[in-house]
Amino acid sequence: MKALCWVGTNHLNVERVPDPEIINPQDAIVRVILSCVCGSDLHLLDGYVPTMREGDIIGHEFMGEVVETGPNVKRFRKGDRVIVGSILGCGDCWFCQQNAWSLCDNSNPHAALAEKTYGYSPAGIFGYSHAFGGYAGSHAELIRVPFADKTMIQIPEGVKDESALFVSDAFPTGFMAADMADIAPGDVVVVWGCGGVGQMAIRSAFLLGASRVIAIDRFPERLEMARTHGRAETLNYTEVDILEALKEMTGGRGPDRCIDAVGMEAHTTGPEHYYDLVKQQLRLETDRPAVLRQAILACRKGGTVSIVGVYSGYIDKVPMGAAMNKGLTLKMGQQHPQKYMPRLLEYVQRGDVDPAYILTHRWPLDKGPEGYQMFKKKTDECIRVVFAP
Amino acid sequence: MGPTERLLSAAGGALLTYYGLRKRATAGPLGTGLAVLGGSLVLRGATGYCPVNQLVGRNSASSATRPIEIVQTFTINKAVGEVYDFWRRLENLPRFMQHLESVEQLDARRSRWKAAIPGGMGTVEWEAEIVTDEPNLLLAWQSLPDSQVDNAGEVRFTEAPGDKGTEVQAVIHYRAPAGGLGQGLAKLLTPALAEMVRSDLRRFKQLLEAGEIATIQGQPSGRGHDKG
Ligand SMILES: NC(=O)c1ccc[n+]([C@@H]2O[C@H](COP(=O)([O-])OP(=O)(O)OC[C@H]3O[C@@H](n4cnc5c(N)ncnc54)[C@H](O)[C@@H]3O)[C@@H](O)[C@H]2O)c1
Ligand SMILES: [Zn+2]
Ligand SMILES: [Zn+2]
Repeated sequence: MKALCWVGTNHLNVERVPDPEIINPQDAIVRVILSCVCGSDLHLLDGYVPTMREGDIIGHEFMGEVVETGPNVKRFRKGDRVIVGSILGCGDCWFCQQNAWSLCDNSNPHAALAEKTYGYSPAGIFGYSHAFGGYAGSHAELIRVPFADKTMIQIPEGVKDESALFVSDAFPTGFMAADMADIAPGDVVVVWGCGGVGQMAIRSAFLLGASRVIAIDRFPERLEMARTHGRAETLNYTEVDILEALKEMTGGRGPDRCIDAVGMEAHTTGPEHYYDLVKQQLRLETDRPAVLRQAILACRKGGTVSIVGVYSGYIDKVPMGAAMNKGLTLKMGQQHPQKYMPRLLEYVQRGDVDPAYILTHRWPLDKGPEGYQMFKKKTDECIRVVFAP
Repeated sequence: MGPTERLLSAAGGALLTYYGLRKRATAGPLGTGLAVLGGSLVLRGATGYCPVNQLVGRNSASSATRPIEIVQTFTINKAVGEVYDFWRRLENLPRFMQHLESVEQLDARRSRWKAAIPGGMGTVEWEAEIVTDEPNLLLAWQSLPDSQVDNAGEVRFTEAPGDKGTEVQAVIHYRAPAGGLGQGLAKLLTPALAEMVRSDLRRFKQLLEAGEIATIQGQPSGRGHDKG
C-alpha cells in the first residue's frame, strides 16, 4: 500500500510499504477514508520529538471503514464506518478504568523507553515516535487499529466523513482543554493558538458555560475563523501587548481560565524568541514555553491554566513564583479520546457543532509532503489539510 | 568449567547478544551495551574461563562472593487470587517470559522447563521444583541441583491499597565473585538482567489486564515489516 513516511527532520516521503495485518486478537484493519495533519506532527517534523525512525508512517487523526477484525473484536464488523481515536488504551488497566486513557499502562509496546525519560510510560499513540509505541500511523491506505473495540466509535448514518473526522483528535483535545479548565458559568476564557485544536477549544469553552472567549494568534485567517465560527473576541499577539490587553478586557481582574493550545514551538517576537530558540537549538532547553509563561502571568488569582499544547522535554524560566503566589491550578495532558468521543459525536450528530469548518484543504495522499510544508508554514490560509488516500 | 557449561555460557552470550542487537535498533546506547556484554559472555563460553560461574550460587566453594539482588515490581489491576493462580499454573509462564518455550508440570512440585536458544541454535531443558508455595502470597522455585541450567525465582503477591489490584514483586538473588572482573561483569550484567525480568513482568501484567501483549512486531513501515 501507499504510506507517508518520516525520513528525517523536515523530510517526508510517500512510499510503498507492506499492507498491515491483524497481529493481536483485539486488532482491526481499517481502510483510511480521511486522515488529517495535526500540530503534534510538526513537532516530529521539526525534529523535537526523539525516537523517530526513518520509515515511520505518521498521522493519527483519521476515520475510515473496517475491512477486517481480529477474533476478540466484538463491537465492529467489516463495512462499519468508524472514527478512530488517536491515542490507544486497553480499557482494563487502572488508568483506563479511571477514564484517563492516555495514561494507559498497557498500550505502549516501548514502555521501557518512555520510562527512561518520564519515569512512567504514557499510552501508545498512532504515528508518534517509538517512545510512544512506534505504531504505524494513518497517512496510509490501510491501518492496523489495536484495542479496536475501545479505540473506535461507529459513525451514525447521516454524519458526513469530514464532520466525523475531527472527533478523533482536534475536537476531544480542545474539549478536554475546556474540561480541565473547570469553567464556571460566567467565566472569561482565553485560548492561545487558533489552530484546529484552539478552534475546538473555543467552541468547547462555550459549550461548558464560558460567557466570553478571547482567542490569540497572529494569522488573520485563523483569528477570523475564531470570530465567525467560534464567536470569540480575538487578539493578535504581534500587534498588542497581550498581558495589558487581557487585563484591560477583563476589568482589571485577569481571565479566569487560560488554555495553552500552542505548546512547545510557540512563536514570540523580540529577545524572548531568540533566547528560547538558541537554547532549544543547543538542546539546553527542548521546548519553547512562551505561551505557558504568558498564560501563567495573565491568569487571574486562583484561576486555572489548562495545557493541551504538547511539551516533550524541558522548559526554562517558567514563572513558578507567579503560579504559586497567585494560587493557580495547572492541569495538562494528552487527550483521552475514548472518554470524550461519544459525547462529542452526539454534538456533531445534533448539529450543535460541525467541526468540518477547520478543514481547509482536501488533498490526495501523494501530496503529503507538500501538504505538511503548507501546514507548517501556514500558507494558503491552511488550517488543516486532510488526505484522502 | 565443563563442556556443557561452556556451551550454555555461549548460549547465554548469544541470548544477550541477540537481545542487545535487537534492542539496539530502538534503544541506542543501552542496546549497544547489552551487545558488548553478550559478546563478552560468548568469549567466556569459547575459552572456558568463567568468572561468573558463581552468579547463580553454584561452585562457590572457593573465594568470597557478594550477594546481588534484583527486585522488580508491577501492580496488576486484578484480584490477588487470580494473579497468583495464573502464575502458579507454570504452563502459563512461557506466555509472558520471552525466552521460555514451555513449562510442563511433572507433579505437584516438579516441572520441566524448555527454553529456545536464539538464532536457531536449538533448545535447553532443565527441571525445577517449587520450594515455597504459600497461596496468594509467595511462590519460589529453583532448578534441580544437577540440571543443565541454573534458574531460580521468587514472586510475592500483595493486595495493593486503594483498590488498585495486586502488587507483584519478583526477587532474584545471585552471587557475583569477589574481585574486580567479577564485580565489573556483575555490574554490567545486573541492569541487563533487571531489564529482562522487568520486561517479562510487564508482559505478565499486560496479558492479565488487557488479555494481550502490546506489540508492533510485523506491522508495516518504510523499512518493510517491523521486527518489534
Ligand atoms: N494534548 C493532546 O492530546 C493534543 C492533541 C492534538 C494536538 N495537540 C497539540 O496542540 C497544539 C496545537 O495543535 P494544532 O493542530 O492546533 O496546531 P497548529 O500548528 O495548527 O496551531 C498552532 C497555532 O498556535 C499559534 N501560535 C504560535 N505561537 C503563538 C503565541 N505565542 N501565541 C498565540 N498563538 C501562537 C500558531 O500561529 C498556530 O496558529 C500542538 O502543540 C499540538 O501538539 C495536543
Ligand atoms: Zn494530534
Ligand atoms: Zn489501559
